[in-house]
Amino acid sequence: MIEYLISPEFLLMMAKIVGIFGGVMGSLAYLTWLERKVMARVQMRPGPTRVGPFGLLQPIADGLKFLFKEDIIPTQANKFLFILAPIVALIPALLSFSVIPFGPRLQVADLSVGLLFIFAITSLGVYGIVLGGWASNSKYPLMGAMRSSAQMISYELSLTLSVVGVLMIANTLSLGELVTAQQGTWFGFIPRWNIFLQPVAFVIYVVSAIAETNRLPFDLAESEQELVGGWHTEYSSMKFAMFMLAEYANMLTVSALATILFLGGWTGPAFGPDWLRMVLPTIWFVGKISVFIFFYVLLRSTLPRFRYDQLMKFSWKVLLPLALANILITSLIVAIS
Amino acid sequence: MLQDWAPVLVFLILVTGFAVVSVVMSYVMGVKKPNSRKLAPYECGMQPTGTARERFSVKFYLVAMLFLLFDIEAVFLFPWAVVYRDLRIFGFLEMLLFIAAILAGYIYVWKKGALEWER
Repeated sequence: MIEYLISPEFLLMMAKIVGIFGGVMGSLAYLTWLERKVMARVQMRPGPTRVGPFGLLQPIADGLKFLFKEDIIPTQANKFLFILAPIVALIPALLSFSVIPFGPRLQVADLSVGLLFIFAITSLGVYGIVLGGWASNSKYPLMGAMRSSAQMISYELSLTLSVVGVLMIANTLSLGELVTAQQGTWFGFIPRWNIFLQPVAFVIYVVSAIAETNRLPFDLAESEQELVGGWHTEYSSMKFAMFMLAEYANMLTVSALATILFLGGWTGPAFGPDWLRMVLPTIWFVGKISVFIFFYVLLRSTLPRFRYDQLMKFSWKVLLPLALANILITSLIVAIS
Repeated sequence: MLQDWAPVLVFLILVTGFAVVSVVMSYVMGVKKPNSRKLAPYECGMQPTGTARERFSVKFYLVAMLFLLFDIEAVFLFPWAVVYRDLRIFGFLEMLLFIAAILAGYIYVWKKGALEWER
């Protein structure tokens, strides 16, 4: 046992875990900064500028502020569940990063069922929302939680079904193998990304992913004008921050998954000296994720919100049959070839 | 096989520790000046009326049931898709039957009006 604890493999594993955890937490903090800055620019405001150059220290100031704010637990609330809910929301959101390959070897664990693991873990996130909304014992959070859970399970269907087409082509559930299967090019210049083989699945995935993470135009769960703040109306201080952290982490996860499944993960042209070849895959991966994040923020700052019946209709009557048809057509083509 | 999961377990412990520590830290470090208004459920500044433990629309239950049905289908499709190339035309025909059965159920649900939210 002791020998294992000082063995190189174990130390490497710990280094990876700490590195990825730190990297993810740092980028989550700066995601809030990026979102505020981009949205401000879209609305012709400067955004945060006061704390540090370009407001770059804003996330740190925000984190400290959250820590020192009053921790309010309403008297009517179910105390145990009220405290448990943000923890339940945050753990699965962060845990999914343990199987995401950030580079050829920069992955905590390459599970043979990595994709299933991510789907299983992220779908647990809805418990945090439902528990939080119910335990608050207040009307707005309850309504937000009900809406959110119905929305998330509806869109989870099309999300999981859209991936089946990719699995038929790649024949693996391991995220590392999914990426390596997309290495190389067609005709020398088109990268072998699944997006060119599964364009419909890609669109279904991206739309359902936005709905899964409760982002505009699908943020019915916390539509400010009707529900104040949705399921986290009663939350304050660090617990509120944890819900926000979980939401941004989920955003990062679905973007990373979209990159891995459809855009070739960390694959990309490698050039230059050895040290550059080492870090380039990670840079490609982060770059592709950033495109998604930027797209999310632009959506949020430009599109109005759906109506709830439109939202449910869109999921059940458009995305679900489309995903099924995509599976049928893909299976037919794969069977013939 | 099981060793692959060891890093995930370590990650889980780290993440859980982070979540619990942040809750405890904010409890310890935050100011505490509670009053009855602050601890009342938020209702846009009005005096809270009634209870939040109301019954809610049956439509939410319906969505949950439909989700279960179709999610089971999705779960069946995953292993099928992974070994699809080995199954060849047999796998295709088998799954055609399965999807046809699901599609029949889907059309029935649609015609019954279970997917209409505004009713």
